Amino acid sequence: MKVGVVTFPGSLDDVDAQRAVRIGGNEAVPLWHGDHDLRGVDAVVLPGGFSYGDYLRAGAISRFAPVMTEVVAAAKGGLPVLGICNGFQVLCESHLLPGALIRNDHRKFVCRDQKLKIENSRTAWTASYQEGQEIVVPLKNQEGFYVADDQTLDRLEGEGRVVARYVDVNPNGSLRDIAGITNERGNVVGLMPHPEHAIEDLCGPGTDGLGFFTSLAAATLSA
Amino acid sequence: MARYVVDVMPKPEILDPQGKAVLGALPRLGFDDVTEVRQGKRFELELAGEATDEALAEVRKMAETLLSNPVIEDFTVHVEGASQ
Repeated sequence: MKVGVVTFPGSLDDVDAQRAVRIGGNEAVPLWHGDHDLRGVDAVVLPGGFSYGDYLRAGAISRFAPVMTEVVAAAKGGLPVLGICNGFQVLCESHLLPGALIRNDHRKFVCRDQKLKIENSRTAWTASYQEGQEIVVPLKNQEGFYVADDQTLDRLEGEGRVVARYVDVNPNGSLRDIAGITNERGNVVGLMPHPEHAIEDLCGPGTDGLGFFTSLAAATLSA
Repeated sequence: MARYVVDVMPKPEILDPQGKAVLGALPRLGFDDVTEVRQGKRFELELAGEATDEALAEVRKMAETLLSNPVIEDFTVHVEGASQ
C-alpha cells in the first residue's frame, strides 16, 4: 500500500515515519503541507514535531494547511489516517477526533520509554496487535495531556474507542490514562507516543511499534 | 481603521499548567496573597473601516475557527475603546 507522510514546516519525525512505513512493508510517499494533493495514497501518517512552531496552539495552524483540506475530506470518506504526537494534536484541532491536548500537568517536557496497553485492535492501524497486548515505545511531548469532557470520555470508553492507554506511569496527566483514540469508523487514530521510533532493534526500546505500520495490510486482508 | 480585541481563556474546568507555574513563582517574589492565576491570550485585530456589528460578528467567527479551541477555551470579543 502507498502510505503518505505529510511534512509540515517544523515536522521532526516525518523521515522516521517514512522509514517505519517502508519497514512495515508499505511504500512511503512524501506529502507536502502546501499541496492540495494526496498523490493517490491509500493511507496518511501525520508525523510528530512542532508544525508551524506550535504557534497559537499545537496543531491549530497546521489544521488549515492546504494538504489538510484533502486529508480531512478523505478521512471522512474512510481513508486510514494515523496522527502521532503533533499529528494527534492536528487531528483533534481538525475535529476528526474529539478532545484536545494541552500542556503536561507537571509542566515539563517528558521523554521516556513508555508502556502502553493496546485496547482496540480493530482499527486500520492496530490490527497487528492483540487486544490487551502491552507494548513499550518512546514517548516525548510537551503538550500530551489529553482532555475531553466526561461525557466524551464515557462515550470513547463505552464505544471501545480508546486505542491505547498508559500503563504503570501516566506521563503527562492525560485523563483516564488515555494515550490514543480512534473515530467512530476506526480509520482515524491519534496516538501521543511514537511507535515509529520502535521498529528496529538497533535503536529504541525494541520493535513493539512496528505493528502500527504492518496493520494496514492485516486490516485490508481481513476486510 | 477599527481595532477589535479577542480575549481567550482556558475553560474553568481545564487545568491551566502555565497559570499554575506563575502562581508558584509569585510567592517566591514576595507576593503572598495570590490564590489563583489563570493565563490566557489576547489578540488585537485591526480591520479596515469603521467598527460595525457585521465586522464584530466576523471577528467572532475568527475567534471560533482559529483563535480559540472551543473544546478547552472560552473567548470574548469587543471593539477597542468601545464601552463593554
